[in-house]
Amino acid sequence: MSTLPWLTLLIFFPVAGACALAVVKESSVRATALICTVVEFGLSLPVWFGFDHGTSAMQFAETASWIAFPPITYRLGIDGISLPLVLMTTLLMPLCVLISWQAIQTRVRGFMASLLVMEAATIGVFVALDFVLFYVFWEAMLIPMYLLIGVWGGPNRLYAAIKFFLYTLAGSVLLLAAILVLYFQGGETFDILALSRTPLSPVLQTWLFIAFFAAFAVKVPMWPFHTWLPDAHVEAPTAGSVILASVLLKMGTYGFLRLSLPILPDASYRFANAMIVLSLIAIIYGAFMALAQADLKKLIAYSSVSHMGFVTLGIFTFTQQGIEGAVLQMVNHGITTGALFLCVGAIYERTHSRLIVDNAGLAGPMPRYATFLVIFALSSLGLPGTNSFVGEFLVLVGTFLWSKIATAVAALGVILAAAYLLWMVQRVAFGPARTDGHLHDLTAREMLTMSPLVIAIFWIGFIPNTLLTPMHESVTHLLVSRSGVDGPAPEPQLALGSTAAAALERTILDARHDANQEGPQ
Amino acid sequence: MRFPWSDVWAILPELLVIGAACLILVLDPITSVARKDGLAWIGLATLAICCGFTAAHMDGRTTAFSGLVILDGYAAFWKLLLYVVTGLTILLSLAYLKEERIVLGEYYGFLLLSLCGMMVMVSAADLLTLYLGMELMSLSLYILAGVKRYEARSLEAAAKYFVLGAFSSGMMLYGISLLFGATGSTKLDGIAAAIGTGEMQDPMLVLAMLLLLVGFGFKIAAVPFHMWTPDVYEGSPTAVTAFMAVASKAASFAAFLRVFVEGLGGIRSDWAGLLTLICLATLMIGNLVALVQTNIKRMLAYSSIAHAGYALVGIVAIGSATGGAETEQSIASVMLYLAMYAFMTLGAFSIVAMLRRNGLESEELDAFAGLARREPVAAFLMLIFMVSLAGLPPTAGFIGKLYVFLAAVHSGLTWLAVFALVFAAVSAYYYLRVVMAIYMREPDQGGAPVPVLASSPALTIVLTCATAGVIMLGLFPGPLVSLATQAILTLR
Repeated sequence: MSTLPWLTLLIFFPVAGACALAVVKESSVRATALICTVVEFGLSLPVWFGFDHGTSAMQFAETASWIAFPPITYRLGIDGISLPLVLMTTLLMPLCVLISWQAIQTRVRGFMASLLVMEAATIGVFVALDFVLFYVFWEAMLIPMYLLIGVWGGPNRLYAAIKFFLYTLAGSVLLLAAILVLYFQGGETFDILALSRTPLSPVLQTWLFIAFFAAFAVKVPMWPFHTWLPDAHVEAPTAGSVILASVLLKMGTYGFLRLSLPILPDASYRFANAMIVLSLIAIIYGAFMALAQADLKKLIAYSSVSHMGFVTLGIFTFTQQGIEGAVLQMVNHGITTGALFLCVGAIYERTHSRLIVDNAGLAGPMPRYATFLVIFALSSLGLPGTNSFVGEFLVLVGTFLWSKIATAVAALGVILAAAYLLWMVQRVAFGPARTDGHLHDLTAREMLTMSPLVIAIFWIGFIPNTLLTPMHESVTHLLVSRSGVDGPAPEPQLALGSTAAAALERTILDARHDANQEGPQ
Repeated sequence: MRFPWSDVWAILPELLVIGAACLILVLDPITSVARKDGLAWIGLATLAICCGFTAAHMDGRTTAFSGLVILDGYAAFWKLLLYVVTGLTILLSLAYLKEERIVLGEYYGFLLLSLCGMMVMVSAADLLTLYLGMELMSLSLYILAGVKRYEARSLEAAAKYFVLGAFSSGMMLYGISLLFGATGSTKLDGIAAAIGTGEMQDPMLVLAMLLLLVGFGFKIAAVPFHMWTPDVYEGSPTAVTAFMAVASKAASFAAFLRVFVEGLGGIRSDWAGLLTLICLATLMIGNLVALVQTNIKRMLAYSSIAHAGYALVGIVAIGSATGGAETEQSIASVMLYLAMYAFMTLGAFSIVAMLRRNGLESEELDAFAGLARREPVAAFLMLIFMVSLAGLPPTAGFIGKLYVFLAAVHSGLTWLAVFALVFAAVSAYYYLRVVMAIYMREPDQGGAPVPVLASSPALTIVLTCATAGVIMLGLFPGPLVSLATQAILTLR
C-alpha cells in the first residue's frame, strides 16, 4: 500500500482541485468541489487501513530534499496521533461542501477553492515532519481562512477576519523565531524527529516553550487568548465555523503534542501545572460564558473554549490515559462541534437568526432537525455511549493521576456542559414556538450531511478502540522515549530533573498497570 | 601605451548599456510617435546581450582599470538582478506611458543610463567609481521622477528628490575625502589594508564611516534618512517609482555591503552598533507609519522603507558575525532578500500603475474596493503580492525573511529577529487592508466610474514574471540560494 506517496497525494490533490475549480464551468463548481473532497476522503482510507498499529514509528514516510541550505526537507510521515486528525479532516470536508451548497450563492468558485486550500494546508500541518515545512503549512492556512470569514461572513466580518488573522499571526511569529533558534541549538537541523532526540538546556527549553506556547495557545485557543474565537465563529459562514472549530483549533493542541512535549520535555513538564490551571480556567470560564449566550453560535464557540480545555488538560497530565483521551477528544470535538455548527447553519438558513429566542420550539415543525440537535448536544455533553464520554473519561482518569482537585474542577465543567447544552436544547427544540409555522424540516442533502457525524459519534462511543488502538503506541512512545523509563530510545537519554523523571515513571507505570487491566483488545 | 583592451572587455556590459542609451537618445527625435516602442525594444535587446555576458562571469574575480572596477560573482549576481528588474520596468513602461499619454522616447534612454550607473556601483572597487555610478544613477532618476511634466506632483517629486539626493551625495563625497585622509586610499582594498594594520584609532575614520552611512542611508531610504521617500514615490510616475523602489535600492544595498564588508570590515564593531539603531528605527517607523496610509503608493513607499529594515537586519548580522560562515550567510541573506523583494514590489506597483479610473491612475486604497469582482485575475495576483510582502508562506517574501532572520539568529541576534518578526506581524495589517478592499468591500457608488485594470500584452508579461518569481522563489529558492552563496565566495 505504501508504494504510492499517499501523504503527498493527500496534500496536493486538494490543491489540484482548487486549480481545477478555476477553469470548470460556473454550474459545475459545487459538484467538482464535492467530488474532490470525496475523492480526498477516499485517498485517506488506504492510509487508515494500511496503518500499522503495532509501531510508534512514522509511517508512509516520505523524504525529499527541498532547500539545500539551510537543510529544509520535504519530510512527511504519519503516526497514531496525526492519523485520526487527518481522517477527521478528510471526513469533514465533503460535509462542509454539502452544507455550503445553498448557503453560499456568491463567488462560489472562490469559496470552494478556499476550502480546498484549507484542507491541503491543515493536512500538511498534521503530517509535516520538518519544522519549516510545518510552519509553511501552518501559515498557509491563514489566508484562505481569512477570506472565508471576510468575504462570505456575516455583517461584522471585516473586524472578525482581521482579528482572527492578527491574533493567530502574532502568535506564530514567535514560533518562527523559536524554530530558528532551535535550528542552531539543536544541531543545525529542522527535522522534528531528530530535534526530539536532541537534549536542550533547561533555560533554552523554557524560552522555546514560551514561544511555542504563544503560537499554540492562540490557536487552541486557551484562556485568555481566546477572544478572537467567538468573533470569528459568529461571523464565519457555516462551513467556515465547522472548519475553524473542527480542524483549525486542533492545530494548536497538535502542536503541543508533536512539538512542545517531545522537543521540550523538561520545560513542558515544568509548565504542566500552569498549563493545567489555564485549562481548568478555560473549562469553567468557557462553560459559564456558554450559559450566558443568547446567540447559538456564540454558545457553541464558548463551549469550544471549554471543550478544548479538556484537550490541553489531558495533554499536560503526562499520562497515557490523559493524552490518549486528549487526542480522542480532539477528534470528538471536531465531529460534535462541527455537527452543532451544521445545525446552527441549517436553522440560520431558514430563520436568518441565530438567536435562541427567535428559534424556539422547533421540534414541532422540524422533528428531524430536533432529533439531530439532541443527538449532537448529548454527544457534546458527554453522555455515555457517545464519543465525548470516552474522551472526557480518559482525560479525567489521566487528570486524577495528576491531581484530584484538578479532576474535581474539570468534572464540574462536565456538569456545566450538561447545563448549558440541555438548556439550549430545551429552549430551541421544546420551548413555546416563536417562529412561524411554515419552516420546512431538514432536506435530504442536510440529512446526508449530518448522518455521517451521527454514525461517527456512536461508533466512537461504543468502539473507541477504533481510534485508541492506532494511537496507543505513538502515545506510549511520546511518554517513554524521553523519560528514561524503558523502551527503545535511539539516542542517549535526556537527563530529566529528578522529580520530573520520578513523576513520569510513576504515571507511566500507573498507565501500564491500568492498560493491562482494562487493556484494549 | 598599449590600449587596455582587457579593461574595456571587463566593462563591456556597461558600455553596451550606455551605447544603447545614447542610441535611443539619438534615434528619439527621428522616430515617429507610432514607432517609439521600438526604442524600448532596443533596450530590451541590450539587456538580453548583457545577461549573457554577465552570466559568463559568475566565477572569479578580476579587476580592471588599475583596480577601479571589479568583475566578480557578487557584482554579477546584482547585475543579473538589475537586468531583470530593468527589463520588467521597460515592459511596464511600455504599457504605462501609453496610458499616461507620455510620448518620450528618451525615457528609455534615461532608464538605461540609470541602470548603467547602478552597474558601475555594484562593480565599484574604488569609492570614486562608486560615486560616479551613484551620481549617474541618481541624476537619471531625478529626470525620470519629473517625466510627467504636466503634473505638479511629479515636478515636486523630482525637485525634492534632486535637492535631498544632492545633499546626500555631498555627505557621501565628504565621507570619501575623510576616508582618503584617514587611510590614504580610496580603493576598498587599500582602505581595508590601512585599517588592517591595527593602528587606526583615527576619529576621522569613524567620522568618514558615519558620513558614508548617511549617504547610503539616503539611498536605501533607511530611517532617519527616509523623509524624501513617500513624497517622491507618490509624485513620480508609478513605473518610475517601481524602478526606484527596487533597482536603485538593490544597487545601493549592493554597494553598501561591499564598502562596509570589503573596505570597512575592520571596524565592524564601530558601525554595527549604529546600524542596529538605524535598523530598529527603520523597522518601526516604516511599519507603523504605513499602517495609517490611505494612498497606496505612499503605503508602498513606507512598506519599502520597512523592507529596507528587514534587509538591514542581515547587514547588522554581518556586523555581529564572529566567523566567516556567519558573515557569508548574512551577506547571502541580504542578496536573497532584495532579489525576492524585487519581484513582489514590482508586481504590486505594476498593478497600481495600471489600475485606472477614466484613464487616470487611481492611487487611493478605495480604488481597490471590489476589484475581485471586476478583475478576478489581477485581484488574485495582488493578493499574492500582498501576502508575499507580508512575509507569509508559501511565497518568496517568507523565504527572504527566513534567510535574513536565520542570519540574525546565527550571529546571536535572536532579539533582533524577534523584534523584526513582531513588526512583520504588524505589517500584515496594512497589506491585508488592500486584500480586504479587493475582496471584502464594495466600491462606493458616488457616481465615480469604477477603476479597471488597463491590460496590455506587455503588462501581462510583467505580471507573469513577477508572479512566477514570487511563487517559484517561494517554493524552490534552491537555485537562487546557490547562486548567491556561490557569488559571495568571490567577495573579500
